[in-house]
Amino acid sequence: MNWTWFHKLGSPKWFYEISGRWLPWLSVSAVLLIVVGAVMGLAYAPPDYQQGNSFRIIYIHVPAAFLAQSTYISLAIAGVVGLVWKMKIADVAVQQAAPIGAWMTVIALVTGAVWGKPTWGAWWVWDARLTAMLILLFLYFGIIALGHAISNRESSAKACAILAIVGVVNIPIIKYSVDWWNTLHQPATFTITEKPAMPMEMWLPLLIMTIGFYCFFAAVLLMRMRLEVLRRESRTRWAQAEVARQIGRSA
Amino acid sequence: MNFNSFSEFLAMGNHGVYVWSSYAISFAILLLNVALPLMARQRYLKNEARRLRREAQQ
Repeated sequence: MNWTWFHKLGSPKWFYEISGRWLPWLSVSAVLLIVVGAVMGLAYAPPDYQQGNSFRIIYIHVPAAFLAQSTYISLAIAGVVGLVWKMKIADVAVQQAAPIGAWMTVIALVTGAVWGKPTWGAWWVWDARLTAMLILLFLYFGIIALGHAISNRESSAKACAILAIVGVVNIPIIKYSVDWWNTLHQPATFTITEKPAMPMEMWLPLLIMTIGFYCFFAAVLLMRMRLEVLRRESRTRWAQAEVARQIGRSA
Repeated sequence: MNFNSFSEFLAMGNHGVYVWSSYAISFAILLLNVALPLMARQRYLKNEARRLRREAQQ
């Protein structure tokens, strides 16, 4: 396998150029997929035989919860890359992905609460799945706070990477909480490996929304990372030229 | 289409409040996630432009 792309990724300039080319495609896909998924989920999917129409919350709840967990896993991977290969871009990724992950966790928790009220009769229960998701939110807060608290960029990167890697233990706890404990939360409705238990009209919008949320995450992450790269590279000639070009365009 | 009328669609079989509020909150959060980095970028470019002007005058 050719590993030059991996070494190139360490170059902020290369990252800035390639991400600028990906960003429009990711943004357009995100908007299209989320709009189509939401319309299909809200208007065309049949109601659940037990939960009626309240089940339509699934089309944002599940993609947001997936993304909240995947984002945390990618923080841990970026943390490893930063610690092992001393790649500067990895720390940018950790710092910029953490707030998006935190917001996705908030969406999952809030929509879960709103869904819980008509389904379980309570906004919140101290159930294993819910509690583990709340811990995930606090892990995100920890990484964000740690990133801001340490002014030395290198020590901050190291501390955040370690917290991200240690905290990843919470992810299997979230995933298997519904199997390990007796919980109110329903078990997984959606897996990549098995044939879905839902009919196609219910399942397809969920797939579209999930892909849409991942595209959304990628687009927002690239937007945030590109600004941070410009900031951190503000002493280099290419970054100064790029800022001058952008100022000229907006003026 | 799964609903017979638009009012039925809005009512969501008595679950309208729950469904629509969770969609509204989620889309607001998604929009916020797009708006914040865009605003931060504008602010950064503005500050840089001001700094460059100041340096040019000196």
